[in-house]
Amino acid sequence: MTNTRMVKAVVLIGGPQKGTRFRPLSMDILKPLFPVAGFPMIYHHIDAARKIKGLREILLIGSYQQSDALHRFIMEVQHEFRILIRYLQEYAPLGTGGALYHFRDQILAGNPEVFFVMNCDVCCDFPLAEMLEFHKSRGPGVHHTILGTNATRQQSLNYGCIVEDSETHRVRHYVEKPETFVSTTINCGVYIFSPDIFNCIAKQLENSKEAINFDLTSTEQNPNIVKLDDAIAKMTTEKDSNGIIHVYHTIKFWSQIKSAGAAVFANRHYLSIYHRTHPERLAKLGPNQPNIIGDVFIHATARVDPTATLGPNVTIGSGVTIGAGVRVRETLILDGAIVGDHACILYTIIGPRATIGQWTRIEGTANDPNPNKPFAKLDVCGAFSNDGRLQPSITVIGSSVFVPSEVVILNSIVLPNKELRGSFKNQIIL
Amino acid sequence: MKIKTKEKNSLKGMKALILVGGFGTRLRPLTLSRPKPLVEFANKPMIMHQVEALVEVGVTEIVLAVSYRAELLEKELRAQEERLGIKIVISHEDEPLGTAGPLALARDILLQDSEPFFVLNSDIICNFPFKDMIRFHKTHNRQGTLVVTRVDEPSKYGVIVYRPEDGQIERFVEKPQEFVSNKINAGMYMLSPSMLSRIELRPTSIEKEVFPKMAVDGELYCMELQGYWMDVGQPKDFLTGMGLYLTALNMYNNDYLHEGPGIVGNVLVDKSAKIGNGCRIGPNVVIGPDVVVEDGACVKRSTLMKGSRVRSHAWLDNCIIGWKCSVGRWVRMEGVSVLGEDVVVADELYINGGRILPHKSISASVPEPQIIM
Repeated sequence: MTNTRMVKAVVLIGGPQKGTRFRPLSMDILKPLFPVAGFPMIYHHIDAARKIKGLREILLIGSYQQSDALHRFIMEVQHEFRILIRYLQEYAPLGTGGALYHFRDQILAGNPEVFFVMNCDVCCDFPLAEMLEFHKSRGPGVHHTILGTNATRQQSLNYGCIVEDSETHRVRHYVEKPETFVSTTINCGVYIFSPDIFNCIAKQLENSKEAINFDLTSTEQNPNIVKLDDAIAKMTTEKDSNGIIHVYHTIKFWSQIKSAGAAVFANRHYLSIYHRTHPERLAKLGPNQPNIIGDVFIHATARVDPTATLGPNVTIGSGVTIGAGVRVRETLILDGAIVGDHACILYTIIGPRATIGQWTRIEGTANDPNPNKPFAKLDVCGAFSNDGRLQPSITVIGSSVFVPSEVVILNSIVLPNKELRGSFKNQIIL
Repeated sequence: MKIKTKEKNSLKGMKALILVGGFGTRLRPLTLSRPKPLVEFANKPMIMHQVEALVEVGVTEIVLAVSYRAELLEKELRAQEERLGIKIVISHEDEPLGTAGPLALARDILLQDSEPFFVLNSDIICNFPFKDMIRFHKTHNRQGTLVVTRVDEPSKYGVIVYRPEDGQIERFVEKPQEFVSNKINAGMYMLSPSMLSRIELRPTSIEKEVFPKMAVDGELYCMELQGYWMDVGQPKDFLTGMGLYLTALNMYNNDYLHEGPGIVGNVLVDKSAKIGNGCRIGPNVVIGPDVVVEDGACVKRSTLMKGSRVRSHAWLDNCIIGWKCSVGRWVRMEGVSVLGEDVVVADELYINGGRILPHKSISASVPEPQIIM
């Protein structure tokens, strides 16, 4: 006897209006396709989802125009994992809840028992099987599960905060980015929903349409926009039996990729997860191989001089050339970039096809979570400090940028296709 | 042949006084480890550039006017005395006597005979024109000869106005607001013993208090220096002077300069130094004895003092690396960074304009100019 019925997964990949904090990296790569630890951001979601028992189909929902890059990615991943993956494009951004609702027929086709929903900028160890087990253990009635983790009191204010019943784990209260402290349990942006979730979103939609009808100032607002967070917050306030949500706690690595700095942080964690999931992806020491320190991913088509030293936490993309005596640490070097001899690259993202000269130093500043605080997350901070100065952060070299030999680029962001002529510090270079 | 012998005899027994002065604070952190006269400029103690040039023109007795006690300096000079066959007297001032007072203090030595003597500021690097000074001094036969050099921005200095036909100095103008002259005092004088009556044993400035009076009396003449000139008393000028010195060396004594793969422009390398493969050294680099430059390093416009080590893939521009220092792999150092003796810079750091005191281990970058105690 088997009780595994069909399961689906949805990845919300957003649209061109989203991910602006990820510029200039998102200027010529769709953010969901930005490679972390050698693979596009959403590849990691798909790789986790495909391992769920009974998974039939993965749907990507977003408002990006269908593009060659996205199409090629889907074809490649379908081929690699032999599962069905489809992209569903919103005609206009509908909000996370609105988008799911809009495609409810597609999601429910084939009558799945439950479906996963994952935000694309979430980067974590995706404990999906454990989460599903927990979901089923909550009993047969209609209910939903949300993945939660701990944050510090201060940082919890930047996330969706969950108050739960400590015995049953039922969510009693949910509030998005509260002004004052509510709970250290935060929403990870990974959910398991029963099909009944659409009833809840429908109710929310009606409310929002009514609200708009009475609010003359927002005439241009699309009445079909619903944020998933709002729907969840509403569900916890109602006695409705469709609205039961439980929280499944994870203490494993979880982060979001909002900024370039977060990509370097996420890269480090995905590489460390490879030890368990894909040890073959990590570069190893060997004769005539570059010197490897810690976790390093090198794409099979990259050419790395054996006198180079890489790591820890370095990803080298496809077709990249690394010259003699190069040093790279805590850095992502994307497809087709060329790094000249003796260059030193620290805490940086080098965009696709960028060229870095000999003896050049490119260095950024890590904004890692406070290692002395339990559950500290990456700080979400603006590009500029209160007195108007650029905050030191990861250095980003945009795609096809040329950096000459023997210069230093420190804590700077260089937009694509720029030919630099000297050293730069603490600047955004347009 | 006959004439040459005669000339040599007539020069024999000349005297010189070098104004060494105080602690050389402007050249710290190097001068925390050894007295400034012994800090090597182009692989030779600074003072020895002057001493050897003086010996060349027949000076046999040199007075060093020093206002601090430095045993290391005395010991080193005893050795040099022997090597050069000359007498070096260290004249200690109990209190700093400025640039004129030391002459009064050394009066007994300077008055031994009626021959004129040299007085030099200690931090000057140039093609020392001592022979021309002797000749010029004899021609005008007055109390003093002063060497002047041309500068681009005279408004920063005290300039000298003189008669172009014979070089007689008319006046001194301190920091002129309008152009009057672009010649400044180069810190090298030839003086007749009779001028010593103008100087008392107290702190006095020869430039401000003695020379203007001599000029008024028509007793002071100047000659213009040919070629480069630099006061190398602080790190930035030390490096500029090094470049000028190497250029001159290239013109007159090319044999001393280093050639080979990866050597660019004028580079002076001690025979005992080792340079690895794939390095790029120069232009304008001085590498001292027992220095090791490992594979793939790049060094430009810098001095590496005795026993220092630059590790692989490091990049140095505008640096003075003190004795026995170690600069780590992939380190980038620039912006007139100066390492005192025995400083260790860890791998992969960035040092920009750092002045690092002796015996320090540096494990964090110094991205903006800073003194590290």
